[in-house]
Amino acid sequence: MTALLAYTVFGLVTGGAYAVVAGGLVLTYSTSKVFNVGHGAIGMVMAFLYWELAENRGLPQWLALVLVVGVAAPLFGLVVERFIMRRLVGAPVGISLVAGVGVLVGLIGVAQVIWPPQARPVRPFLDQLGVHIGQSFVSGHDLITLLCAVLVAGGLYVLLNRTRTGLAMRACVDAPELAALYGTRPHRLSALSWAIGSALAALGGILLTPVVQLDYVTMTLLVITAYTAALVGRLRSLPWTFAGALGLGLVQSYAVAYLPSSPFWISFRAAIPALLLFVVLLAMPQSPLRIGGVRGQRGVAVPTALTTGIAAGLFAAVVLALALLVDSVVAGQLALALVFGIVLLSMVLLTGYGGVVSLGQFTFVGIGAVTVARLGSASPVSLLAGAAVAAVVGALIALTVLRVSGLYLALATLGFAQLMDKLVLQSPIAFGVRGSLQVPPVVGSATGQLLVAAGVFVLVGIGVLAIRRGRLGRRMIAVKDSSAACATLGLNVRWIRVWVFSLSAAIAGLAGGLFAQLRETVAASDFQLFNNLPLLLFAVIAGVTSVSGALLGGVLLMLLPVLQSGFPAFAGVAVVLLGVAAAGLARDPNGLVSWGFRAWTWRRA
Amino acid sequence: MSTLRVEGVTVRFGEVTAVDDVSLVVEPGVTGLIGPNGAGKTTLFDVISGLRRPTSGRVLLDAADVTGLGPHQRSRLGVARTFQRLEVFGSLTVWENVVVALESRRRPAKLAGELLDRVGIGEFARNQADTVPTGAARLLELARALATDPSLLLLDEPSSGLDRAETEEFGELLRQLSAEGRSVVLVEHDMDLVMGYCDHVHVLNLGRLLVSGTPDVVRADAGVREAYLG
Repeated sequence: MTALLAYTVFGLVTGGAYAVVAGGLVLTYSTSKVFNVGHGAIGMVMAFLYWELAENRGLPQWLALVLVVGVAAPLFGLVVERFIMRRLVGAPVGISLVAGVGVLVGLIGVAQVIWPPQARPVRPFLDQLGVHIGQSFVSGHDLITLLCAVLVAGGLYVLLNRTRTGLAMRACVDAPELAALYGTRPHRLSALSWAIGSALAALGGILLTPVVQLDYVTMTLLVITAYTAALVGRLRSLPWTFAGALGLGLVQSYAVAYLPSSPFWISFRAAIPALLLFVVLLAMPQSPLRIGGVRGQRGVAVPTALTTGIAAGLFAAVVLALALLVDSVVAGQLALALVFGIVLLSMVLLTGYGGVVSLGQFTFVGIGAVTVARLGSASPVSLLAGAAVAAVVGALIALTVLRVSGLYLALATLGFAQLMDKLVLQSPIAFGVRGSLQVPPVVGSATGQLLVAAGVFVLVGIGVLAIRRGRLGRRMIAVKDSSAACATLGLNVRWIRVWVFSLSAAIAGLAGGLFAQLRETVAASDFQLFNNLPLLLFAVIAGVTSVSGALLGGVLLMLLPVLQSGFPAFAGVAVVLLGVAAAGLARDPNGLVSWGFRAWTWRRA
Repeated sequence: MSTLRVEGVTVRFGEVTAVDDVSLVVEPGVTGLIGPNGAGKTTLFDVISGLRRPTSGRVLLDAADVTGLGPHQRSRLGVARTFQRLEVFGSLTVWENVVVALESRRRPAKLAGELLDRVGIGEFARNQADTVPTGAARLLELARALATDPSLLLLDEPSSGLDRAETEEFGELLRQLSAEGRSVVLVEHDMDLVMGYCDHVHVLNLGRLLVSGTPDVVRADAGVREAYLG
């Protein structure tokens, strides 16, 4: 009984910290309609800053807390709002998400440069104080956390419901132009909500450091936990969000207490936020078919079959020349770039044409790699088997997550990626107890690998373009533009979406098999959840609507770790620039390559 | 040729009742569905085409209950519609818009040109659909709906965005469609069009069916005047 009480208190404390983070998320989302994927990352960087001040520089804890939560975090929120998010109000979900991913990746880059990896213990608040409840001990830090949660809940409630500013904030969401007519200033309110939101991310992050440790990725992915809580309140209701956060904390705490401690159950516990995310999503009503007027997207011109053939021929000639010229190290790197390019082709299909933003595409790469590694050879048959397994998993996932659309869907794919990561890819089921598997390569030489990767890239690229020109391509785009009209024309919207999702997963799975045999050794660490985020970022920066964009994105993805190992400081800067570029480019989903296309068109015109 | 029956359909959005226990029959020919803004006309179209489940009531197509069927299933039974707020596929060309509909019913894509010419927007075939004028986009929605070879055609304010001459051409097209044996239902604010071309008119007001009858009966009804003129 006392154990139950102790775990309940512990669960409420963790849940309280989640509630603080989730409250900030809901506040920014409900006042600006931009969902900040980087919310957890802001908390992460601010927790590092707190460590710097309170532990490294020896400032008093309270002063460090005030400086970080009261000054640094709000200022940072203002900067993010002013230079990135303000330009995204009313932008499609995919675009605002990518900007958030840019912020996230940039912040992780910054943190890694300023605070290189090492253990950074953070003293809890008031660690000498505390109360005994029965046999269990509730620390001063726990009490502070609970107090903060209560104060934040009360403060946000009063702000939104009892002040003119809060009323104006809520009005601005529905009709910023209209609210402006009545003398409110939407920009100012949006800035205020971002300042408060990032202060709350910082506070939550700092309160959680004794529980989750100071780590770049773990704290960044707190956004999933916060998102699950926020989803309980449909991203709008603060009381429900707080209830969701407390419930999540309790479930996690009870799981620690009462689930067996075998390896499977330990990874199961880590997957609880993502699992609950799915439970909440399944409990949500099916989103209705959207009816909402003409919407079009100017893609880059689709090449004709002839142009495609010429381009493929040119590409083959360039690759052949490179294969003859470069040494084996460079050839291997180029092969890797092309494999990444194939992954990005799967996103051209899904995101560029189908309009579905997936934050879990790299997971399918992992599934393909595991399949090929488990089959023990990289023959064409096992590569296709990898694609097939990914396709089946993709179809099953699609049936679950396609109940919802837009932002909900994108975040559901992130939840799926985390679930697969914790339960499958990082567990012995996938890469065995040693966490890595050997794969005999399909050809021995690096030059051969380059030619194989180029061959597959060309075939998949031609296939993707053929799909775009054909019946399925027209249908995908029709579903993206108006699902309601599609349904009234007799098309089964659900199956078209599942089909596209599954096809795209198959391409990613195929790339995963190629990746595995190219690396020869693949490990769980190659497919960590976090790898999904740069993927989307590079896809959009390079251009997610064209095959050439996928090629460029693949090369950039290949270059990133090369830069990071060779020139760490420069890589940090590069990552930050990428974040900013994503935000800037986000307005143009056709990406960098479209600038090239435009220059070409002008010259001819 | 289809007969549509709506039986006791009610649609509530929370506290608001958008459609209140409406029962009506649509016979072959051209039927007008009129009423002031907020009368529930578009909501009723959503219920008939399957985009919205009614809170209560049934929809029958040639005596078969289709209330439980989704929109794509009803389309295969011959129901097609256009939208008041345009729903063209903006990223595709005008021609591709019609091809998507033709392919959905396994009809040859080469019919697209004929359909576009028939509604009078052949000149826009190669344009991206979100760049054409509103009137042309409405006609595109009509061509797209016709591509599914419907027996029941629901048109939501088709003439808005058309000029006088175009509206008259459109009226003639309505006559032809009716002569081909299609049942056409028209939500329309242009009273000349409704009174000139409809065989039968239903009047909705505040979610309730006010009057049904021939254009002459409706024109003479005191309740209709009151609803429109206050």
